[in-house]
Amino acid sequence: MKLHEYQAKAVLAARGVPVPVGRVVRTPADARAVAGELAGPVVVKAQAHTGGRGRGGGVRLAATAGEAEEAASAILGMQLVTEQTGPGGLPVDSVLVEEQIEIAREIYVGVVIDNAVGMPVVIGSAAGGMEIEQLAEEPPEQIHRAPIDPTLGFMPYQARQLAFALGLDGELLRPAVALLEALAHTFLEADCSLVEINPLVVTTDGRLLAADAKLSVDDNADFRQQALFEERDRAQEDRLEVEAQDAGIQNYVKLGGSIGCLVNGAGLAMATMDAIQYAGGEPANFLDIGTANSADAVTAALRLIGSDADVRAVLVNIFGGLARTDVIAEGVVRAKQMGLIPQPTIVRLAGTNVADGRRILDEAGVDVVRAEGFAEGARLAVEAAARGAG
Amino acid sequence: MAVLLDAASRIVIQGMGAAGQREASVSRAFGTQVVCGVTPGRGGQELADVPVRNTVREAVDEFGADVSLIFVPAPFAADAIAEAAAAAVSVAICITEGIPTLDMVRVRRYLRGSATRLIGPNCPGVMSPGERARAGIMPPDVYLPGNVGVISRSGTLVYETVDQLTSLGIGQSTSIGVGGDPIIGTTQREALELFEADAETAAVVLIGEIGGTAEQEAADYVRGMSKPVVAFIAGATAPPGRRMGHAGAIIAGRAGTAAAKQQALREAGAAVVESPAEIGATMQGVLHERGLL
Repeated sequence: MKLHEYQAKAVLAARGVPVPVGRVVRTPADARAVAGELAGPVVVKAQAHTGGRGRGGGVRLAATAGEAEEAASAILGMQLVTEQTGPGGLPVDSVLVEEQIEIAREIYVGVVIDNAVGMPVVIGSAAGGMEIEQLAEEPPEQIHRAPIDPTLGFMPYQARQLAFALGLDGELLRPAVALLEALAHTFLEADCSLVEINPLVVTTDGRLLAADAKLSVDDNADFRQQALFEERDRAQEDRLEVEAQDAGIQNYVKLGGSIGCLVNGAGLAMATMDAIQYAGGEPANFLDIGTANSADAVTAALRLIGSDADVRAVLVNIFGGLARTDVIAEGVVRAKQMGLIPQPTIVRLAGTNVADGRRILDEAGVDVVRAEGFAEGARLAVEAAARGAG
Repeated sequence: MAVLLDAASRIVIQGMGAAGQREASVSRAFGTQVVCGVTPGRGGQELADVPVRNTVREAVDEFGADVSLIFVPAPFAADAIAEAAAAAVSVAICITEGIPTLDMVRVRRYLRGSATRLIGPNCPGVMSPGERARAGIMPPDVYLPGNVGVISRSGTLVYETVDQLTSLGIGQSTSIGVGGDPIIGTTQREALELFEADAETAAVVLIGEIGGTAEQEAADYVRGMSKPVVAFIAGATAPPGRRMGHAGAIIAGRAGTAAAKQQALREAGAAVVESPAEIGATMQGVLHERGLL
């Protein structure tokens, strides 16, 4: 789960990371008021779950409170389109109004999980302002890394090494070490999957400030990070994906194509998308129904797929292990009978209770096509979608 | 012979809830020695005809359990793995999905230097069909005893792969679901090492996914292997930055893409399959070429 910049900064500031003075607001009038309180030039920043907000027109400088109000009215209510959002963009219903800062240097610091060593790793680079994906392509000597061993935690010597490597010495050493330790503690205490200060700024008067921050929380830790999950902004998430979660379907991702997929297991779901593309089509979604052994869950998933205006054909691909194919078949039959999936529907069943599953489909007299392998299923779905589009 | 699990394996199931009981019955019907279940507070009872104890320690001491199969819910799963390792079972197989990543960071560090090998979490388990040994949730019907090893990050793709092999008359020595999470106990590379050392495995299917660099690390090992490897990478069509169900399946940077993984495996000498429907047929071709069929 991603947090907004202002929420991430609040989490970091609570652990001692210095951030610019400012406040989040939802109206231009409030933006004016905050700018008035700050009594100096401000920056007005769109709060949306994407990088590249500046290039998308979501960040504006304002010299006066009046200009701050104008900037806020231009940004609030916009659909912010960036290289990361796709053409639809993201809604902006709040802006962060902050003091402008005088920048001498920009640095990158962050913490991610390093799968290869199986530990979180604190990463620093003197090249601030870059996205972490770009940073990963930089020559390794530009990137400094310190793994956090869970038996010791993040040690002071690691923070010092990193600070020196980033050129944060002299008067800056102590605040840099404190900041890096606060960053590591935030990651561990808040069950983060990513925390990033980018850029970390050295101001012209020699202070460290977190000019921008990103924080994502491990979805699996929701049961012990309830306070953070209450801050979730679902307006930033895809409408169909939110509906899926409300229906108890955790693993749904909306994609651009025309073939709706219902699959059990994440790997098989990805392979089904691949098979569809191999057959010349494009998937409309990724949907892993998991081991949901209830016809209701299947029906709910098919309602979601059927309601997607992009879907021209539906492919159900189930290889039962824990999941039972007879239960899935019942759900498909019910969804067809209820008119939830008017699109041509191709069903491939294999594994646990497959004989029962096939019999249920055949005896129900609903309009579904049974496929044997999933290559055949993908081919039939692509053909059906092409007919539907023509 | 097979890897990890054979006819002599004595299995304890941690978490005798609905899933644990059901899989205990399926494995027993298949011929596997499920000797004990562990659910704290229910020690002394019998569930699904399996005697239940309060601790893994008791399961080891009293029943000689040496493999633990874990169904404990995610918030408590790290604790269950640590308990299995403290009781020194040789293999702990964790089926549980949704364990917080930082819990797995601690567990994996704890297991370093321990006598216990962890498989998973978020995996379908391990199956050695010729040994009638099943520790997991896979459908036994699709398996056929034989000499092909199967390794997969995804559970359902294990079944799919095994089914394709079986329908061509190609049997399996052992299938290992290594798990779909970013931090797992046994990597694809380590699973390859097990099969390379196994006298009864002649060839290996490796099913990877987008995200991380585990397939590249596996490819480094494939280069020096004596046995042929057929590989498929799921998620070639997935968009970057979106988590595809598995916590580990998210493209971040170029190394995580299917194309980068396919290239690494191809350069290491593996037969890389583009269509997931061609995994079995490709293995058939490879076995023919090598005179193994």
